[in-house]
Amino acid sequence: MTANIEIRNVSKQFGAMTVLDDLSLSIKAREFIVFLGPSGCGKSTLLRMIAGLETVDGGEIAINGERIDHLPPGKRGIAMVFQSYALYPHMTVRDNMAFGLDNIGVARDVIDARIAEAARILEMPHLLERKPGQLSGGQRQRVAIGRAIVKEPKAFLFDEPLSNLDAALRTRTRIELAQLHQRLQSTMIFVTHDQVEAMTLADRIVVMNNRRIEQIGSPMEIYERPATKFVAGFVGAPAMNFVDVAIDRSGDVITVTFADSTVIPTDIASNQVVDGAHTFGVRAEDVRIAPTGQGNVDGKVDVLERLGERTLVYTRLSDGQIIVASDAGNSRVAVGDTVGLAFDGRKSHLFNETGRAWHARRA
Amino acid sequence: MADQLTIRETAAPAVGVRVPSANIYAPQWRNFVFVAPFLFFFTTLLIFPLFWGMWLSVHKADTFSTGRFVGLDNYVRLFHDKVFLQSVWNTFYFVLLTVPTLALIGLFLALCLNRRTRTAAVLRTLFFSSSVLSVTIVTLIWRIVYIPNVGLLSTIYGWFGATAPAFISDPSLAMIGIAIATIWWCIGLPMMLFLSALQQIPQDIYEAAALDNANRWQTLRSITLPSIKRTFILVIIIQIVLQFQLFGQAWLMTRGGPNNLTKPIVLYIYDTAFRRWDLGMGAAASEMLFVLILIAAMAQYLVTRNKGDQA
Ligand SMILES: Nc1ncnc2c1ncn2[C@@H]1O[C@H](COP(=O)(O)OP(=O)(O)OP(=O)(O)O)[C@@H](O)[C@H]1O
Ligand SMILES: [Mg+2]
Repeated sequence: MTANIEIRNVSKQFGAMTVLDDLSLSIKAREFIVFLGPSGCGKSTLLRMIAGLETVDGGEIAINGERIDHLPPGKRGIAMVFQSYALYPHMTVRDNMAFGLDNIGVARDVIDARIAEAARILEMPHLLERKPGQLSGGQRQRVAIGRAIVKEPKAFLFDEPLSNLDAALRTRTRIELAQLHQRLQSTMIFVTHDQVEAMTLADRIVVMNNRRIEQIGSPMEIYERPATKFVAGFVGAPAMNFVDVAIDRSGDVITVTFADSTVIPTDIASNQVVDGAHTFGVRAEDVRIAPTGQGNVDGKVDVLERLGERTLVYTRLSDGQIIVASDAGNSRVAVGDTVGLAFDGRKSHLFNETGRAWHARRA
Repeated sequence: MADQLTIRETAAPAVGVRVPSANIYAPQWRNFVFVAPFLFFFTTLLIFPLFWGMWLSVHKADTFSTGRFVGLDNYVRLFHDKVFLQSVWNTFYFVLLTVPTLALIGLFLALCLNRRTRTAAVLRTLFFSSSVLSVTIVTLIWRIVYIPNVGLLSTIYGWFGATAPAFISDPSLAMIGIAIATIWWCIGLPMMLFLSALQQIPQDIYEAAALDNANRWQTLRSITLPSIKRTFILVIIIQIVLQFQLFGQAWLMTRGGPNNLTKPIVLYIYDTAFRRWDLGMGAAASEMLFVLILIAAMAQYLVTRNKGDQA
């Protein structure tokens, strides 16, 4: 079973504080949607509104065309996995999974069959008779997912389900979740503030900030063509390099000039860009290390971060501006060196002071 | 760092002397000083009388002489005393009337008042406030309620043209009358204990239950009650111990009457030891009460614990 979810002009206030403001989003059936955003931006609130755990103050939510925002949580046909797992502590794993089905009078043999199937998928038949207190964090997490699966919901909601797991288990569970989505073919909404989770799991990412949706798009769209300066700075590690620049749009494409009068050609079409103050943006992997004097500009190496497969080089330009560049894992660069920085004009971005973004022309 | 190193070197000059590393869990004997005052009073006022009571109960004793060792004679006389047996029965009856009612009403009130509204806060205070009254005030209030013809109860019944039950004088109602006053008096503590237990239950399992289509009854039965099971046992045990010691209400409301039907064990002990001055037999009765409370509390604990493990 699967469902599309339509969120129309939804808003939410807590007392005098507006948490979500006139927010619209439409989720296709079978889609894996990730809500990504900084802490406190309202991701959980939106998810809980879909689940029915928070009231909707304005707008409407519909599943498969039917309004559900007035229905109690249990009647919406969705399942939710909580960050804290929220297992019933005094019930066995089996009873935890059976509870929701028992309550709506599903036949005992159907319940047993579904639990057996879920336990098989999640590889936990041996845990069924234990209580949550006797399980590890990762096992509890599986039970929480199992409790959602047995309900055969129209949609799954996950609120940071991986954040209590250690790094290795997190990666493994992430992959298992992707496989689970393949297998179940249901609509899934996943809240996280971990970019790697968002990038790897999502069909589409919804980047939220400050009561609004900043951008909805596929992971690569979000990464390569961020709709706003916020998205550009929030997605990707290290954060995108931003430099305040003057622009020259006399040609076909924009040329930007740094404060230290470095001139960099870009591949951004001139005709779209509006007047005003501009910020030039480029990701670390689009800034190459070149021999001194052979890049667009020279910089002095401040810090090196060796990540194994690549090295992040933090350089300082003559006017104090910091630029992070990416070099090979076995880079010979040393702290204190002066190196050339070569900017890839085809991967550069331009933002104005309202946060609006322009990108290089598509190849 | 450097300072510490130098101090260590000067403090342990001899080569080969093993300096034991400090065990932070090792007993510190000077800590004993802090519990000593309590221990002193605990011993003189509780432990010593306990053993003295045991000693007394096997001796013939009155105020003038604590004399002869009589073995179990006091106990034999006790069990042949119809009034004592009646008082044991009375006490059990009273405990049976009050303890389950206190636990259930306390739980019910806690469930109703476990919200953040102002009304709930006011009502919580109100229900708890009766607990701070002394037994004298409580019995006074309830005697006014129960007084035939002019009491509150009679007045209310009068509006409907009915006669109020005679809670103090009717032999079959007297104990129930005392029980009602006691429940009113003691309801605060169980309610507070249940309230604090309810507030320990994480909110998110209620949210999970809501998503699991649980209605109010299913939520209460499957989530709330199992979560406060331990508090329930605690309340029952506390109340058993408290209510077995019924004295003030019975003494002040009925003097044990009519016909010894509301005379609890403690009142029997008081009569025997301090009005008939048969200290030995009074002590024997005290020992019996002690044993009864112990058995009742233990039995309650064991029964509920086993049930809990099977579930
Ligand atoms: N019950 C509540 N009462 C008042 N304010 C609330 C309540 N729940 C959330 N908020 C506020 O709403 C805002 C959004 O909260 P929300 O939990 O949705 O954030 P989030 O995006 O999930 O953050 P995180 O990544 O830290 O989980 C926050 O500023 C929070 O303080
Ligand atoms: Mg959250």
